[in-house]
Amino acid sequence: MSELPPRSLAGEPPAQGLYDPAYEHDSCGVGFIVHIKGHKSHQIVRDALQMLENMEHRGACGCEVNTGDGAGILVQMPDKFLRREMAKADINLPPAGHYGVASVFLPRDAAERKTCELGLEEAVRAEGQTVLGWREVPTDGQLADVGPSAKAVEPVMKHLFVGRNPALKDDLAFERKLYVIRHVASNKLRYTGPRFAAKDTLFFVTSFSARTLIYKGMLTATQLENYFPDLRDKEFESALAQVHSRFSTNTFPAWFRAHPNRYMSHNGEINTLRGNVNWMHARQAQITGGEFAADMKKILPIIQEDGSDSGMFDNCLEFLVLSGRALPHAVMMMIPEPWENHESMSKEKRAFYEYHACMMEPWDGPASISFTDGVCIGAVLDRNGLRPSRYYVTKDDRVIMASEVGVVEVDPANVAAKGRLQPGRMFFVDTKQGRIVDDAEIKDTFAKALPYGEWLDKYRLKIEDLPAGEAHGVDHATVFLRQKAFGYTYEDLRFLLTPMGKDGVQPLGSMGTDIPLAVLSNQSKLLYNYFKQLFAQVTNPPIDSIREAVITASETFLGTQLNLVEPKPESCRRIKLHDPIIDNTTLSKLRHIKREGFQAADLPILFEPELGGKGLASALDALFASADAAIARGANLLVLSDRGIDKKHAGIPALLATAGLHHHLIRKGTRTLVSLIVESGEPREVHHFALLFSYGADVINPYLAFETLYDLIHDGKLSVDYEKACKNFIKAGVKSVIKTMAKMGVSTYASYRGAQVFEAIGINHDVVDKYFHRTASRIEGIDLDVIAGEVMMRHRHAFPPLEGEDHSALEAGGVYQWRAEGEFHLWNPQSIHKLQKATRVNDFVIFKEYTKLIDEQSRNLCTLRGMFEFKFAEKPIPLEEVESVEAIVQRFKTGAMSYGSISKEAHEALAIAMNRLGGKSNTGEGGEDPARYQLEANGDSKNSAIKQVASGRFGVTSYYLVNAQELQIKMAQGAKPGEGGELPGHKVYPPIAKVRGTTPGVGLISPPPHHDIYSIEDLAQLIHDLKNANHNARINVKLVAEIGVGTIAAGVAKGKADVILISGHDGGTGASPLSSIQHAGAPWELGVAETNQTLLLNNLRSRVVVETDGQLKTGRDVAIATLLGAEEYGFATAPLVTLGCLMMRVCHLNTCPVGIATQDPRLRAKYNGDPEYAVRFMRFIAQELREYMAKLGFRTINEMVGRVDKLAVNKAVDHWKAKGLDFSKILYRPNVGPEVGTYCQSAQDHGLELSLDQTHLLKICAPALERGERVVAHLKSKNTNRVVGTMVGSELTRRYGPAGLPDDTIQLNFTGSAGQSLGASMPRGITIRIEGDANDYVGKGLSGGRIIITPPKTSTFDPSVNMIIGNVALYGATAGEVFIYGMAGERFCVRNSGALAVVESVGDHCCEYMTSGTVVVLGPAGRNFAAGMSGGIAYVLDEDGQFGTHLNREMVNLYRLIECEDAEIAEVKTHIERHAQLTGSAKAKRILTGWNDYLPKFAKVFPKDYERMLTQIKKVELQGFTGEQALLAAFEANAKDLSRVGGN
Amino acid sequence: MGKPSGFLDYKRDTGSDRSPAERVKDWNEFHLHREDKELQTQGARCMDCGTPFCHTGQLISGMASGCPINNLIPEWNDLVFKNQWHEALERLHHTNNFPEFTGRVCPAPCEGSCVLGVIDPPVTIKSIENAIADKGWHEGWILPHPPAHRTGKKVAVIGSGPAGLACAAQLNSAGHLVTVFERADRIGGLLMYGIPNMKLDKQDVVQRRVDLMAKEGIIFRTNIEVGVNYAAEKLLKDFDAVILCTGATKPRDLPIPGREFPGVHYAMEFLQTNTKFLLDQGITDTNRPPIDARGKDVVVIGGGDTGTDCVGTSMRHGCKSLVQLEILGKPPLERANNNPWPEWPKVYKLDYGQEEAAAKYGADPRQYLVTATKFVTEADGRVGGLELVNVEWKKNEAGQFGPQPVKGSERVIPAQLVLLAMGFLGPEQPLLDALKVERDPRTNAKADHGKYTTSVRGVFAAGDCRRGQSLVVWAINEGRGAAREADRFLMGATMLP
Repeated sequence: MSELPPRSLAGEPPAQGLYDPAYEHDSCGVGFIVHIKGHKSHQIVRDALQMLENMEHRGACGCEVNTGDGAGILVQMPDKFLRREMAKADINLPPAGHYGVASVFLPRDAAERKTCELGLEEAVRAEGQTVLGWREVPTDGQLADVGPSAKAVEPVMKHLFVGRNPALKDDLAFERKLYVIRHVASNKLRYTGPRFAAKDTLFFVTSFSARTLIYKGMLTATQLENYFPDLRDKEFESALAQVHSRFSTNTFPAWFRAHPNRYMSHNGEINTLRGNVNWMHARQAQITGGEFAADMKKILPIIQEDGSDSGMFDNCLEFLVLSGRALPHAVMMMIPEPWENHESMSKEKRAFYEYHACMMEPWDGPASISFTDGVCIGAVLDRNGLRPSRYYVTKDDRVIMASEVGVVEVDPANVAAKGRLQPGRMFFVDTKQGRIVDDAEIKDTFAKALPYGEWLDKYRLKIEDLPAGEAHGVDHATVFLRQKAFGYTYEDLRFLLTPMGKDGVQPLGSMGTDIPLAVLSNQSKLLYNYFKQLFAQVTNPPIDSIREAVITASETFLGTQLNLVEPKPESCRRIKLHDPIIDNTTLSKLRHIKREGFQAADLPILFEPELGGKGLASALDALFASADAAIARGANLLVLSDRGIDKKHAGIPALLATAGLHHHLIRKGTRTLVSLIVESGEPREVHHFALLFSYGADVINPYLAFETLYDLIHDGKLSVDYEKACKNFIKAGVKSVIKTMAKMGVSTYASYRGAQVFEAIGINHDVVDKYFHRTASRIEGIDLDVIAGEVMMRHRHAFPPLEGEDHSALEAGGVYQWRAEGEFHLWNPQSIHKLQKATRVNDFVIFKEYTKLIDEQSRNLCTLRGMFEFKFAEKPIPLEEVESVEAIVQRFKTGAMSYGSISKEAHEALAIAMNRLGGKSNTGEGGEDPARYQLEANGDSKNSAIKQVASGRFGVTSYYLVNAQELQIKMAQGAKPGEGGELPGHKVYPPIAKVRGTTPGVGLISPPPHHDIYSIEDLAQLIHDLKNANHNARINVKLVAEIGVGTIAAGVAKGKADVILISGHDGGTGASPLSSIQHAGAPWELGVAETNQTLLLNNLRSRVVVETDGQLKTGRDVAIATLLGAEEYGFATAPLVTLGCLMMRVCHLNTCPVGIATQDPRLRAKYNGDPEYAVRFMRFIAQELREYMAKLGFRTINEMVGRVDKLAVNKAVDHWKAKGLDFSKILYRPNVGPEVGTYCQSAQDHGLELSLDQTHLLKICAPALERGERVVAHLKSKNTNRVVGTMVGSELTRRYGPAGLPDDTIQLNFTGSAGQSLGASMPRGITIRIEGDANDYVGKGLSGGRIIITPPKTSTFDPSVNMIIGNVALYGATAGEVFIYGMAGERFCVRNSGALAVVESVGDHCCEYMTSGTVVVLGPAGRNFAAGMSGGIAYVLDEDGQFGTHLNREMVNLYRLIECEDAEIAEVKTHIERHAQLTGSAKAKRILTGWNDYLPKFAKVFPKDYERMLTQIKKVELQGFTGEQALLAAFEANAKDLSRVGGN
Repeated sequence: MGKPSGFLDYKRDTGSDRSPAERVKDWNEFHLHREDKELQTQGARCMDCGTPFCHTGQLISGMASGCPINNLIPEWNDLVFKNQWHEALERLHHTNNFPEFTGRVCPAPCEGSCVLGVIDPPVTIKSIENAIADKGWHEGWILPHPPAHRTGKKVAVIGSGPAGLACAAQLNSAGHLVTVFERADRIGGLLMYGIPNMKLDKQDVVQRRVDLMAKEGIIFRTNIEVGVNYAAEKLLKDFDAVILCTGATKPRDLPIPGREFPGVHYAMEFLQTNTKFLLDQGITDTNRPPIDARGKDVVVIGGGDTGTDCVGTSMRHGCKSLVQLEILGKPPLERANNNPWPEWPKVYKLDYGQEEAAAKYGADPRQYLVTATKFVTEADGRVGGLELVNVEWKKNEAGQFGPQPVKGSERVIPAQLVLLAMGFLGPEQPLLDALKVERDPRTNAKADHGKYTTSVRGVFAAGDCRRGQSLVVWAINEGRGAAREADRFLMGATMLP
């Protein structure tokens, strides 16, 4: 099989510089309306269009307000309308169902268009169908006011009518035929064939069906109906309509990429796309027979790679449906529920999923998918439910489903039910049957349709049941030799193997990394080090694989995948493993298997290093050939083994062998016939495993790691027994790979396998194209010669040329800790000493000595910027004409380090220093003591100008927000992008706990994702929320560099961020997993350059500030950052060093000896820093920068930003690896006109003036705000009224401080649907009451206000079982009260740290990460209740006794309320009484009436740590301690208690 | 690693030496062995720094900061804490051929730059190192490892001091046949004859290592002085490579009136003859070494380690009184502001010799800010006294900073034995002349650190003869480095560290 076709780039600028449209992301508003009984009407279409308009805020527009990212609608074939229209042209259509319509985008050039039309007609005829005629689809760009960017690439849209050949046996056969025609025509006219001039309006078939028709384009939601007059025609009727409005990260979304796709619309992202596409590519070669039979060849490839990720999903779904599976069945295959660890799934359903898991991996990623074939319509969420979807069922038989509620006006009295899509559940309407088929029924139907369970029992093998063969043992005598051959270092043993073997945990480290990129290192590096882990940021969320383990899975199936389209009982003849990292015994079972359908073959992965790159290449070719031969012989378990190394033979880097073979087999179309088993001495850490899996390994046997553990035990360095150590190691490996997957939002091994979610840094394209196909590698780099050479260096170490010459213990390593013989570090004893001395004695000369040590990388290359040199101006300008030090330092910031991760002394010193300079310090994510907002006596201020809003939302109160000059949303951090944080309990001293609103001694967890940001439009929402909470503050979004960060930044700019921070991968001051510190993210040079280029191409650069940070240490660093496109700069490690940090890298241990990264009072007493040192550092940097500016000929930073033409690559660098690098993409400047601003010169339009708060509420509330008078108002609310009450709240806080006003001073009463973020950050004194319902994020960050939500008085449904508010309510609330008369969605009270909430029923993950406050649930609760909950208390009415199974008991105990003290019972009762009184809840009244019956049914959820701490406090209070003393005493006593759960 | 809070839980404890009054009665080593448990506790104080300054070996303000041979200190501290002495020894030998020497004689710049020193007294690195080495010998872990394969290349190492020995050991391990030439009658150079026995035992420590190296196949030839009784040309002909490790043995003189009087000696002359006599014949009440301090008023000029060794030796001779002169001022008890960590701490230290003198005479024998102006003779023509004057450091009329005599402070003190311990001025020149090796302005053999190649192809220079007078650890560093470069020269590539 040939290469995959190149991805066409219609409608977008071609890839240039670092910008590549392939990294575009999108997400959106999605929804549908259907008449359950299938009654067609024009009203359905009208309502759908209204829905679209009301979700406009979920889409986006680019640099022009009138250019949308895409909008569209899918309807049933509007037969009446089309028949009428065609009749006008004297074409009488056959009966409905007997003609199909191709809706086609065509070139504007008449001749080209004609070619396409004829081509399509020809395909129709060739497939035996009739061409009935063409219809030009009328469009009205003028009425729609389509923006110039969209207009420039506007295609001509036509309908081709095709008559059905009566020979076709049924409707589906016709659909299949149309599909074949589409593929034939597209392959000829779009993907190959004539090269049209107008690439941006290439031939594209939006839909081609007898059942459905799609109208879409590069439009905004509101433009759609004006653009297509058809949609306004009264005779244009449908019983269902699916709409979609797109938010793309770019401004170049093509017309054809707008949704809906042919079978589905999607809000979300497929994170494992690369793998899914590759697997489909491999699979299609094995597809024979089935419905397509002879046509199969015509439709290849199944996946059209120029589509968006959802487009490709659609390709697969469509294929599965047309090849014979029912639509819901196909959806269940592609997005299975998390069946692996489900505590209560039925046997049959589990079997269904397991059977299909043998045939296909999940398409994994956050998604809300709405699918239809024109008859049925349904929707599902991904397994974790990371997208909102709400629906109404009306009494007149309609279902209205959308990302939000309130998008179509419905009389409350007409609402029969309100619900939401639930994670993994399907919502399905069959218009033929005329009913809603519920999840259980529909899935049951498919699960029981065939005896999947029996088939599994018969054919599916379990590894446990196989007999062991002869297994390799430990060869103690050669362990050391082999360790050297595979490049083990002493550090690997100490830092990686020991903790993994001992405790089964992922090793931790601190303070980022400052070693060279692998391609710049003088040392021999394993190939793994050239790859950087990708991670989710903004466009989709990372997952918390620990707290949400219920959705992760490591199940692996080995053996041959059979024909996808002809499922048979033996299709599940595969071997099931729970852990894909296997020990030697397990490997022996596979190697020596004697079962029908399985045959193992050993393929040595060895080469002669003496023969260099050529030898390596031919060894790989030989490997591929022997694999082909083995497959031909019938082998399906290929064991790639490097056991045979000897003096002459070294191991081929396991990653190269695995990835190379994987791609070879994909090209051959045989990949799905076999499983790849990697038996290698090389892999030993998480990053290695993750890479191997991600490039195709099915299982890994890291034998040398096991033998190393044996050795450690043998030498007395590890005190566990060998078997246990291996188990621990496997456990640590498997779990950590899951965590690595989770960073990218991937939850199953099955879909991670082959997903290639890595970027290569420093590998040339020959290597990548052949062995790592479609992996990004932007700066070229090493070739096979260097790879072989690096292997040679290690091999020589083990097998020196002269026998017996053995000089060595293992090399020290020096990656995690500095070692003289080890890897180079920019922070080394000399540079640290010089910097400290320079800033302590205030000596710029010594500072220059310091910067010389950092900047001059001629001997030790370290960073990409080290490779650059300046092109100085011929005539420098006088230094005094350059912008002053005082002006420049205002662009400087210190890094986001939380009070908690660093000490009070250090944290305040940075704030004081930056305030003295007029720069900005950053709170980090730990909140800030309000006392710091007052000026010091000497005029200093400890108030951090930047207040961070991170996923933990610690201490994020209204008062905190209004005291900021800048609010930073941390999407990721350099040291561990895609991960959350944990502050171990022993660091949560009482003052820290106070600021964070938590309990001392109780460990704190920041979730990996912001639970209010699962997508780009969510981020736009949070930006809007924060702007409402403090309109004076700039909103800063912190991203971490990785491939595609530029397109994300473009999306963020469109989401109205004022500042975008691009962090480098290497920064980081706190504790992180070592693999993340070393291997996740990219250098900022790449990130900043890509961002700048992409923003320029989008003409978005002029409205955002671009900031960067990550190991910025010198004026030269800043100069280069500026030339690459940054205009503000952050420093973290360097200022800490001036304050005394010595790069101990023990932040995670609380033993920082210089009192910086510790809370231990004994060590804080040793702190000897002074803010002035940091001040001097900043001034020195500015001074040095000025010197460069003068030499470069710039008077101001603004004129310098993005001037890559002033940079060149240092030709003097002659490095054996770096010589292959190519920086032209970094130093590329997009060719944009002078109208495109090159630095930030205008403000974002946040649209605050349109908000309800500004249009109405501030005026209404003026008496309260100005004089504290009581205000009561009654208003209407729509879903488009977002963040209601927040701006009023911020004004209240500004005037009245953290205490606010007395409760109920302001009372705002609404009817209708409330928009997102109702009452966000609202302080005490405001009460909002909604009669209707509300969307997501109700009471987010609530700071003392009160929110009451009840159904409309006229509604008739039972509120206790109907959805009334959306997901993620009370996220990060610190105080206040919420009463919800109805059901809440997922993640109710996530990270609540002080609010009281009473609700009738909740979805999954309730009380997740909660640290304080009280939650009362008067009904059923979803799964995974209390995951990561470390404080506060929840009471749940458990009427059916099921609650216990939904509870995540990791961190909490379950009690019965009735067993608690009377006072506590009384308190709970009071809450319920107030709920009854404030909402009129029938349920509450019932409970109160029957209190004695209900009381025993109340469960109490009590976090273990919290309980222990409360007990401890009580104990010390009895000893006579009070107040803070008591807290401290309890904290200290607790710290000694080893049974603590969090933070041991 | 180890015990993260060890430094908070335990105090520094260097243990105790034999009592001064006791130890001056013999020539045995004055250090006492320490219990494993104590050392484990001290090892636990190591903070396992991410950036271990102890291990750096850089020059800061001209002084060594951290270990010049980059001993993997945190690693073996941790291993000692965990009671894994054997592996600790392996990690120690990874960088240091002779830990039993450095553990005894090194001034321990590692401790000066120990990060713990920023806030608390540093880790007792030196005594841990010494204990690891001693345990290794005691347990029989240190065995000869002759190379399995010989390259057929012959290498000559001239000089058997620490640089020469380290160089020889490394080259031998690479399979070259190494011959070490020593002009004295015993191998060891400074280790044998420069440092007195009570600090570094000659038979039990130095010779033990030399014997082991001989068993590994190194050829030692004593009483051969190249250029004198072995022609330089022959050397170049006989060997594929030559490494000069001849040391910086040219002493600094004190050209003041009366210098020629008998009884005025260079320190090395005193120490060397003393050790030789001790080893050849033993020193008893009746059997006296050639330069004998017994019953004399001894004046040691120079406040460095060699001066201290003169003091200790004189004490053991049974001198009548002892004065040690130092031209610099008395250093502060704690680091001065201009001497921050991690620089070598210029602080007042009572070394073993002074401790012994203080024990006997009641006070530290050192006088600061003082210089000798004239030797005074008595009737026998021997030196009998020394005229001194106090100095202050300031600029003279010409604007040069230096010691200026303080008027009126002149005085004479009795001195029948005066020992000049004022440092060294580089290598002796005849051999370098004979080999036609280029010199640097300080008369050292000219070769870059890290390269060690002299102007003569195949001839390398390492140690004090290249860098000038320095520490034993620098000598080991250079010896290892020169071995690496010589191996590269011989084989085209090298695996030596």
